[in-house]
Amino acid sequence: MLITRRAEFSASHVCAQPSLTPEQNRELYGAAANPSGHGHNYVLEVTLEGDPDPVTGMVFDLKKLKELIQQTVIDPMDHRFLNYEVPPFDKVVPTTENVAAEIWNRLSRHFGSGQPNLRNVRLYETEDLYVDYAGDRS
Amino acid sequence: MRVTRRYRFAASHRLHSGAFTEQQNRELYGKCNNPYGHGHDYVLDVTAAGPVDPGSGQAVHIPSLDRLVSERVLRDFDHRYINAELSEFNTLVPTSENIMRVIEDRLMTHWSEVFSGEWPRLDGIRLRETRRNVFELKP
Repeated sequence: MLITRRAEFSASHVCAQPSLTPEQNRELYGAAANPSGHGHNYVLEVTLEGDPDPVTGMVFDLKKLKELIQQTVIDPMDHRFLNYEVPPFDKVVPTTENVAAEIWNRLSRHFGSGQPNLRNVRLYETEDLYVDYAGDRS
Repeated sequence: MRVTRRYRFAASHRLHSGAFTEQQNRELYGKCNNPYGHGHDYVLDVTAAGPVDPGSGQAVHIPSLDRLVSERVLRDFDHRYINAELSEFNTLVPTSENIMRVIEDRLMTHWSEVFSGEWPRLDGIRLRETRRNVFELKP
């Protein structure tokens, strides 16, 4: 069974590589390369997979999942400028792909190979663009 | 990594098959058989998948995907009467199933013009005809 918890955070970022010219960054990242940055209302969906516990009837305590997401993702990233305030984005370009992978890495430490396991991280940068990441499997 | 981009187009269509009588068409397609056609605000989700390039941090260059979908799908479908203005539907009933197949075919035919490497690949298409009717296709 799959269970999904949704969370939101607002953050700003710049997508650009220091090794490229402004023109090359513009070509690669479009408007997201604006050096002064811009922001999004990110929507995060975290999906766990497992069988419901026969006693509690739950795959995982969603309150605990909410707290875990809050501590590992929302508190550090909400209302922050990712490039300046949230490592590794001082060195890693905070594309949607890289932010999703970073969130996956932060959460996956808390889940082993047993049940429940972290099945998928979906990160909406806007309503019209999202990425799905499921670790090395994807 | 899978990247999904949402697009929209508004188009009209009529579901009517030459294989059936007028009465059979009315029974099979119901309101969608209305002789003058009708329209929808279609929502098209295109998913591309591939490894994240370590330099750019991207699995999919979104401007390239936007250009492909815009030139090969939206330009022809948006604000059109599908039955009359798209040659694929001269003989094909423009159900959402068939529209998805045509969109998949157009994207696959021209994919290498914008994505020349092994990755990303087309990973899925989802077409929302209305909020109640959603269709999905895996290549």
